[in-house]
Order: sequence, then structure tokens, then C-alpha cells
Amino acid sequence: MIPTDTSNPAYFHKVVDCQWACPAHTPVPDYIRLIAQGRYADAYLLNRKSNVFPGILGRVCDRPCEPACRRGRVEDDPVAICRLKRVASDHRGDVSDRLPKKPAKTNGKRIALVGAGPASFTVANDLAPMGYECTIFEKLDEPGGLMRSNIPAFRLPEQVLSEELDAILDMGVQLKLGTPITSMKSLLNKGYDAVFVGSGAPKGKNLDLPGRYDTDRIHIGIDWLESVAFEHTKDIGEKVLIIGVGNTAMDCCRTSLRLGAKSVKVMARKPRAFFKASDWELEDAEEENVEIVVNHSPKSFVTKDGKLTGMVFETMEYELDEKGRISSQKVTGEVTIDCDDVILAIGQENAFPWIEDDAGIRFDEWHVPLVDETTFQSTRAGVFFGGDAAFGPKNIIWAVEHGHQAAISIHKYCQGKMLTGRLPDELELHPTKMGMFEWSYSNSFDASSRREMRHVELVKRFEKLDIEVELGFSPEQIATEVERCLNCDIQTVFNAPLCEECDACIDICPVECLSIVENSSEDELRKVLNAPAASEGQDLFASDELPLTGRIMIKDENICLHCGLCAERCPTAAWDMQEGEIRIHHAAEQDMESPA
Amino acid sequence: MTSFVKPRIRRKNQPVNELGLTRADYEGAMSTLCAGCGHDSVTASMARAFFRLSIEPHRAVKVSGIGCSSKTTAYFLRESHGNNTVHGRMPSVATGAAAANSSLTYIGVSGDGDSLSIGLGQFVHAMRRNVNMLYVLENNGVYGLTKGQFSASADIGSLAKKGAPNEQPPIDPVSLALSVGATFVARGFSGDREQLVPLIEAGLKHKGFGLIDVISPCVSFNDHKGSTKSYAHTYKYYHKSVHADFVPPSKDIKVKYDEGEMMPVELHDGGVIRLRKLERGFDPRDRAAATMALAKAQQNKEILTGLIHIDESHPDMHELNRMEERPLNEIPYAELNPGAAKLAELQKNFR
Repeated sequence: MIPTDTSNPAYFHKVVDCQWACPAHTPVPDYIRLIAQGRYADAYLLNRKSNVFPGILGRVCDRPCEPACRRGRVEDDPVAICRLKRVASDHRGDVSDRLPKKPAKTNGKRIALVGAGPASFTVANDLAPMGYECTIFEKLDEPGGLMRSNIPAFRLPEQVLSEELDAILDMGVQLKLGTPITSMKSLLNKGYDAVFVGSGAPKGKNLDLPGRYDTDRIHIGIDWLESVAFEHTKDIGEKVLIIGVGNTAMDCCRTSLRLGAKSVKVMARKPRAFFKASDWELEDAEEENVEIVVNHSPKSFVTKDGKLTGMVFETMEYELDEKGRISSQKVTGEVTIDCDDVILAIGQENAFPWIEDDAGIRFDEWHVPLVDETTFQSTRAGVFFGGDAAFGPKNIIWAVEHGHQAAISIHKYCQGKMLTGRLPDELELHPTKMGMFEWSYSNSFDASSRREMRHVELVKRFEKLDIEVELGFSPEQIATEVERCLNCDIQTVFNAPLCEECDACIDICPVECLSIVENSSEDELRKVLNAPAASEGQDLFASDELPLTGRIMIKDENICLHCGLCAERCPTAAWDMQEGEIRIHHAAEQDMESPA
Repeated sequence: MTSFVKPRIRRKNQPVNELGLTRADYEGAMSTLCAGCGHDSVTASMARAFFRLSIEPHRAVKVSGIGCSSKTTAYFLRESHGNNTVHGRMPSVATGAAAANSSLTYIGVSGDGDSLSIGLGQFVHAMRRNVNMLYVLENNGVYGLTKGQFSASADIGSLAKKGAPNEQPPIDPVSLALSVGATFVARGFSGDREQLVPLIEAGLKHKGFGLIDVISPCVSFNDHKGSTKSYAHTYKYYHKSVHADFVPPSKDIKVKYDEGEMMPVELHDGGVIRLRKLERGFDPRDRAAATMALAKAQQNKEILTGLIHIDESHPDMHELNRMEERPLNEIPYAELNPGAAKLAELQKNFR
């Protein structure tokens, strides 16, 4: 192997699995350490720098960080990262004087933002303090986008949402509610310096089966949720079927229960392994006695005198290949299931009826705009897209990252600079050694299992639509969960010329991830390691040649606990534990001198 | 945190031996030796050898004397028997234990101070008796626990940490062992685990006394320039003569040997030590040749390592003394203690 270049910021960044997996690259271990010290406001602000909405995301984030968490590979359960984010938010106190401020005067550049969702709010959050005059146009009467209209209040309380949106509006952002943009061309004619489209993927998919239009009791999931959120819909029939098994379906079934439904079934076409909903959302729905029915493919709606009475399904059987993919399927029968209402939650699509064909913005065959993946600029200069509007439905944390990137582009565009001339990430390493057996982080491995979130009792939670189900972590749960974090950002830094090849690090390593071997190809080396292992997507660190024998030190990054025992045991400090801070530059930092 | 412990983690896909135990099951308490001590590496090699041989930890006995090296019996095989004896007296305790129960696996851990000064007499007599045990001598040339005075194995001209040279000739445990008829004599280096682990495996399986002299640098007091027992010096003058691979009896050993390259030595339990010559004209089964090779290496200031001599034909202590093979704790009480009348009858013979 070629010696690993750890000066490339991406190498150590990738070791921090959670941060690497997070679209906005939130420095998770760093904020968990702040929580452990009781520095909740600092933890909140550190979060806010990258993900802008810690209170919201601490409840409803899609959590790509958690499946990536190294703790999940060492044992079974990852650190409850999302819940800890909520802890930072719940206990932060008043941080208003530490948030970015409305500038004393603006820079005269006007930016129009279409849609008041997380993407537009992130762009405004980045640009308004720099002096940009940001105006957000929203067709509904409340801001928040899907965070308000589609995520039920029992998961995301109204107050949490409003607080974080208001913080951005206080930076001098104009919000025009009830103002749908009906023409891109006329918007472009209003003289804005740049336009950002963050209008989401607002069109719920339809299911055009026989009987679809014979009744008004078949609802499109996201429209129905919006109608409930704005209190236009206040009740539902006793028996409800939800079609589809994504996260929207989970919100629909749980909302139905709160509107008075007695029996709610979620109908899935395929087996459980193919569900799109997050595991925790499925668990929360099942805790509320929602029945999830697998292998039922919708066939038709049954109506009698204009009233919906049931739905016909084909029962399915699937054969899976060795990789768990469906290799064949067959219909084994047909059943009719009674219902009063059906809610379709089978996906969303982009819809831009307000962008004229000759506005200079090109779309692909699926009506998704052609957007540059780095700059988020459309085919028309000065018009940027982000969030679900850019590449189709994703989630809030992706929308935030799109917002950050679009803000950089808008800033460069307004300065007449090249959009691709973005500052690269930087890596800063700080020593953590305090003395004998003493490091500036909690390095000892804590064997505790993942803490369970406490929920409001089942009977109580249905009393009102907006009773938040999750109660947050108790002080004891916080104290335990923070210690489960392995501090993967405290990097193992190796200095080959100092190594004496005494094997002390190899012997002390509790997960046997170190080896001193004769150099060879990565495939060969993986077979002769102290604990031979296939890759699992994780790198091998390869050192320079060691001075005494010319062999090399190999570290399998896969399950390193970052416990620092190698560095503690090393007589020459060839191994050291150093905190690796990945510096990611948002719009406001783009005008700094580029690193040498 | 004021001290540290190595956490025990049952991770997924951990390698296990024939008993289903992991390597961690063969470890012990945390070492309190200096970071980078060669002894810790030897400890790990011993744990590794017991793991590979699938020896049940509770069927092993660790014995040691006094010194840094002798502390290390606490750091491996946490679930086995052990006795930390008086300085230099480990061989007698091991002899007694082996006499009482020959069915256990005995490993003695000692150092150059414990074995070559205060315990020199005990050490050579255990070899003469051919006690069935493996004796690991962790050799660093200094008294580490008392801050670095020269021990009896320090080479002439080797410098102490403050610069004073050693002027007395060293006692070489390997030459000594050959001269008193030891039946398994090897030398290893804590820094070469690939060589050391199979040597320990072979030594544990050898019937009779096995000595492994392990060069094990003292990082605190004898790892400087001018020392002949430092990591750097040992790596530089290190000379491998014969590599030993241990093949347990359960494995298929019908491998074709190219005589002259590979030399198989069959052990009492059916296992085989496969010797791989790294040098021509040297056969470790020949004591005279081994003595010659050793003398030559000493002359060239090389550190000859590997399995230097092996003799499977010599009877061990039990056989020599026609002792009871059954462990004493398995012998019925009446047979073990025939009573006062029988004793009186026996004593008559001596009147």
C-alpha cells in the first residue's frame, strides 16, 4: 500500500462516520462532548452552524448519522445522536444574543427565495447577516414548508419550529406569506440579483385505480396532512387504510388515530425489508397499535352509492435471491378490506407549473430541473435550486446542506466570481494529552447500552393532536448516552520515524485493529492483519516504512474505539491522540484568504 | 481518568480457538510495566500461544520469581493457577507443583536477574532434572525494577544509561543450558512475534524442560545508544538460524520435507515441530553443532535466535525418577496415605 496521506482533510473526516454521513457534516462527537460538560448552549450553537435547525432536527431528522455510527459496528446499537441533539436544544436557554445579527446596513443585493421551507431558510440564514436583502415568498399563511404542513405537531411542536424560524427572520429576512409565485418570468423581471427556488416537491402521487374518483374519501397523504395541520380537516372515519409504507405513511396513520380513527392499517405491497420508513418511525406507529399489513398490492376501490366501503388487494408472494432482492413475484389471491377512508402515501413529485417553458430553466424527462450538483445553479445563470425542489424528495438535513451550498454560489454570483471557486475543507489537529493516563476527552470505553426514549402514555397522547409523544432524555439518560460516544474525531495520529516496533500498541488495542506487517497490496494485507477483516467500506491506514525493519504499521479504521490506549502505551509517542477539527466554510467564510 | 483498563469487548466475528475462546480470554490484568516494555510483548506472545494451542486456562500453571518479568504472570491467563514465589526460587516451586500434578501445563516466567544471579543454582538444577515445563527468561541486561544496574547477562562494553561500561563477562543462559543438558533451548526476541509464538507453542508441547531466552528490551533503562540489549541493537544484530513451526497432532502433517531444508521433530504427544533452516550446516538436533554455532555467533557479535537445540529422546523428571504419573489429587486417599502401620513398616528398612 501507498502510505496514507492524513493531511488530506477527507481522510480523518471519513473516520468520523457520523459527521461524514451527515449531509451538513455536523461535528457530532464535538457537540456530544459539550453536552457531557453541560455546555448545552455551546452544543446548540455548534450544531446550528452546520445544521441550522437543531431543535427541529433533534426530533425529526432522518438521521443518516446513526446507521453510520461506529458504535453500531462495535456492538449493535449506535449512539442516540439525534436525541442528544434535542438535549442540546431543550436545555440551551436563551441564546438570542449569540446568534448571527441583522447587519447595520445591507449590501444592496436583493435575493428572492421561493418557498418558506428549510432550504430557503438556510440560504437566508447564511446570507442575511452578510448584508443580503432576502425575501421569502410563501403560498401558505405560515412559514416552515413541509416541516409545518406535513410533520405532525405530536412529533414536532409548533413552538420549536417557530422559534428556530423566527431566529432567522430576526436577521432581517422579509417573509411574504400567502404570496404564491405564479410566474418565474415575472419574478425574474423584478430585478432581484439572484433567485433561489426551495419550493419542495409538493405534489403527492396519485393511485389511479378503478373507483378512484367515485368518492371524496380517498386522500393524497401530504395534502391531507397539510389540511389537518391548518385545521381544515378535523375528523376521519373509524376504519382507515394507508397505502404506502414510507415516513409520510407513518405520519398519516398516527394522525388518523388522533382524529378519531379506531382501526388503522398500513398496507404494504412488499415485505418488511423493503419498507422505506425509518425503523424508529415504524416502531413508534406500531407502539400505537397501527397494524402493518405486508404483501398486499392495491387493485381497486369499492364504493356503494358514492360512499367508500373498502378496497380490493391482491395478496402477493415474493421470492428473494441470495442478496435479498426480489427475483420473482406472484399473485396468490384477492381480498377486500373494509374502510371508511383511504390515504395515499406513495411518494411525492416535483411540480413547477409556475416556471414557464421559455424562462431558460431546463428540466429532465421526469420534470426535475437540471441543477449543478456542486453549485446548485440551474441552466439559467442566477437561478438556484435546493432542497426537494433540486433533485426530488430527500429530507430536511439535505435541504439544509443544499441551502448552505446555494448560499455560497449566490454570494459568488453576486460578486461576479466563479461559482466553483469554493474554499476547500481544512483539517486542524489539536493535542489532547493532559498527562499520564489523562486525556482531554473521556477516552474510557463505556459498555452501557443505548438509552430508550421515554414516551407519553398511550392513553394520554391521543387526547389532543399536538401532544408531543417523545419526552426527551432524563438527566440520567443524558449522562449515560453521552459516554457511549466513541469520540471518533479524536484521531489516532501516527509518526512512523518514532516507532520502535515494540508491539505495545498492538497488544493493548482492545479491538485488535493494529498490525505491523511487511508491505503488500491492500487485499493481501487484509488477510494477514492481527484481526483479518474485509473492508465494510472502511479504510486501512498505512504508515511510512518503520525505521528499524522497514515494515509498516497498519490500522484498520473499521472498529477503532479511539480509546487512546495505543498512545497511552507507546513509549516514544509515535501514536498520539489529536482532536481533528474539520473546518467547513459556509458563505460568510468564503472571502477569507485561501489556505496556503 | 487516573489509570486505564483495557475494556473487554465481545465484538462481532472475533476469531475463536477450538474451545470457542477468544484471544481476550487469554489475557490478564492490565500491565503496570513501562509503556513499550519488551516484557508486555512477550506476555502477549505467551497468551497468543496458549490461545492457538487451545489450552484451557484452568489447566495451566504460571510460576515466577521476583522482578519486572516475574510480575507479568498477572498479565495473561487470568483464569489459570499461579504462584509468584520468592526471588530466584521459582524452579523449586515449579518442580514441586509438577511432581504433584503432571497433567497441567507449566510455564515459568523469570528474568536475567532472577535466573542468572540469585536463582542461578535453582535454574540450572531444574534443567538437569528436566522438569516438564517451559521456562521463559525475559532478558534485558539490567535490573529494571531497581532502576537500571547491570545484570549478569550484560555484555562487556555495553553502556549503562549514564554512560558507564559493563566490564564483567556475561552469563549466557543459552550456552549454560546446553552445557547442563537442557533438552529444548531457544532464543527469541520480543520484537519478532512471528518467530516467538511458535517457539513458545513448541516449548509448551515439548516433554521436559524448555528454555526460551527472550531478548526483551528495557525501554526505561537499557534502550539507549551503546546498549547491546536495545530495540535498535537487537534488530540490527539479530540473526535467525532455525525457524520452528509447531504443528499440533490434530492437523494433517503429511507434508513432504525437503531434507536439509525442513527437519521434522516428532513430539511425545504426536505433534511435530517443523524446523526450517535459515543457515546451512546447522542441525539443532545435534548438541555439538548447536554449541559450535552459538560460539561462532558470539564471536561475530551476532544474536543467534530460533530453536537452537532440541532432544526429544531424553526422559523427563517423572520418567527419570519413576514417579507417579497420576495427579496426586486424583489418587484415592487410602492409596495416597496408606496409614501409620505402612509407614512403620517402611521405616524398618532404614533401621
